[in-house]
Amino acid sequence: MAMTRTETKARAGLDAETLRLMYRHMLRSRLLDERLWVLNRQGRAPFWISAEGHEAVQVAFGMNLRPGYDWIAPYYRDLALTLVLGMSPRDHILSVLQRAADPNSGGRQMPAHYGCRRLNIITTGSPVGTQLLHAAGIALASRMRGEDAVTLTSIGEGGTSEGDFHEALNFAAIHKLAVIFLVENNGFAISVPWQKQMATQDVADRAKGYGIPGVIVDGCDAIACYRAAREAVKRARRGDGPTLIEAKVLRLTSHSSDDDQRRYRNAEELEAERERDSLQRFKATLEELGVMQAGEADEMRAELVLELDRATDEAEASPLPSPDTAMLHVYTEPGG
Amino acid sequence: MPKKSYIEAIRDGIREEMERDPRVMILGEDVGAKGGVFGVTEGLQKQFGEWRVLDSPLAESLIVGVAIGAAMNGLRPIAEIQFQDFIMPAVDQIISEAAKISYRSNGDWNVPMVLRSPFGGGVHGALYHSQSIEAIFAHIPGLRVVVPSNPYDAKGMIISALRDPDPVLYFEHKRAYRAIKGEVPDGEYTVPLDRARVVREGTDIALFSYGMMVHTSLEAVDRLAADGFSCEVVDLRSLRPFDRAAIVESASKCGKVLIVQEANLAVSVASEVAAIIAEDCFESLDAPVMRLGGPEIPAMPFSPPLEQFYLVTPNKVEAKLRELAAY
Repeated sequence: MAMTRTETKARAGLDAETLRLMYRHMLRSRLLDERLWVLNRQGRAPFWISAEGHEAVQVAFGMNLRPGYDWIAPYYRDLALTLVLGMSPRDHILSVLQRAADPNSGGRQMPAHYGCRRLNIITTGSPVGTQLLHAAGIALASRMRGEDAVTLTSIGEGGTSEGDFHEALNFAAIHKLAVIFLVENNGFAISVPWQKQMATQDVADRAKGYGIPGVIVDGCDAIACYRAAREAVKRARRGDGPTLIEAKVLRLTSHSSDDDQRRYRNAEELEAERERDSLQRFKATLEELGVMQAGEADEMRAELVLELDRATDEAEASPLPSPDTAMLHVYTEPGG
Repeated sequence: MPKKSYIEAIRDGIREEMERDPRVMILGEDVGAKGGVFGVTEGLQKQFGEWRVLDSPLAESLIVGVAIGAAMNGLRPIAEIQFQDFIMPAVDQIISEAAKISYRSNGDWNVPMVLRSPFGGGVHGALYHSQSIEAIFAHIPGLRVVVPSNPYDAKGMIISALRDPDPVLYFEHKRAYRAIKGEVPDGEYTVPLDRARVVREGTDIALFSYGMMVHTSLEAVDRLAADGFSCEVVDLRSLRPFDRAAIVESASKCGKVLIVQEANLAVSVASEVAAIIAEDCFESLDAPVMRLGGPEIPAMPFSPPLEQFYLVTPNKVEAKLRELAAY
């Protein structure tokens, strides 16, 4: 898949700074992800659910949205997306360690149940698919106020079997709402392969039934992801309505820290996916293009690991929530 | 003061609040040109336009899920579910989402949404246009559940609901829409969402009820008054939270208690009121707490003799009151 420098620029129109930043975002998410697995396997964190293999498309969208102006109704694999928008590794380590200062939920929810008011990332629960309707409602409100904010919502291919998926696409299409429906198709809903989830090859085909564009993008090709994200965001911001984007991504880890995918996927398949990892591929491309020099990625990694070490220490020193606070926020507290 | 029907009172409250607050909008099936299947939103689309009175596709999860999103992004939506019986596809959005959003986000987010829905039977609506399933939602922390019984409360409580920062389920008895009339002030006033109201003062028996059953109960109470029995009738109005102080006060004062509802009794509103009284009024009681409600069958049947069998009537309330009086 190697391409010449000219080809890449012609395809994406991306400058070196953007490409480097994109790689840095992907690497930062991956390193945090790996750290959270380590904390889990060390018994310091009860649970983790990974974004490894999904980073490229999330970073692509994150870089094309306006944090705090656009809206996000994410799902549990969107670690990289939240980081690009402005959440920090520390925020997520606080969550994994169930600390009071966890900005997602104050230690109330399982990790990867993202939410951040400051960044218009709405709080997410565990039922699959409900957030797609919230995204449609958010976009309806933006539209009624005449704002050009874009709402991005995401889900796995398993979640597309839920009724809310249909209801949300249908409603957003009827009213040409500025919603992007991103399906991060990694081929597995826990252990159930996509062939038992749908009879069609591509989720994107369903867009036709709603009268909106359906786009397939190779989620291992960071530049293609960037281009698709930029186009969908432009279209939504122009007021031309929703887009269904299906990113064919990889699930490089088990579903969660409580799952072992070796029980239902064979070793060759897992090995082959490792080979296709977008992070390695993108690094090679950038070095080949001369966007990154040899050794630059290692420097980046060292700097990011340092950030992670600091964040881990800070989070571990941060207090657990007091049981005195357990009754708060059942309803909106007086004064806020 | 002008006399209005229950349905007019709800509509007046919504219309006035929509005039005052541009964030208020309505989303539901047939709410637009038709004005709702019962006519609650009649004329509102003409006045406020298609966006603010928006006909939804036939999908209840959509109605509530979209309302939740709109509420998180600054609107004050009213989600109308055409019949309480059809709320089931939206229960995930109500219980898993709306009820938990403030709590799970540690107060970062809230859902100022009102869900309106007609309930109750006695209208030949059979199994799926007659149910009273409010207890399901009264069980859920994070929701407010209110049932106004008269036009005054209906208007004041819909205005309060639209100003509340959290999800309010506002249930309307469909038989009350045109059968119940009362004085309703013009203009702005509110009725609290968490207070019961003593609608008839008395000393011998405390009767707790809500919705249309308040009126059914009052008819029976009037008959007993002729025989010198003094019943206190308390309209619960709020089913979450319960007005515990008001329940305890009337139960303690009278020493005998009857709870009347249209829904079947097992694990219901009446169960919770009885439990509150058992916990807080044990030493004031002169008789076992009695309950009257629907039978333990899945829902109200269609044919008149079967429907009548299900319904709580003034005669049934009267018989129960006499049983309690004689205890």
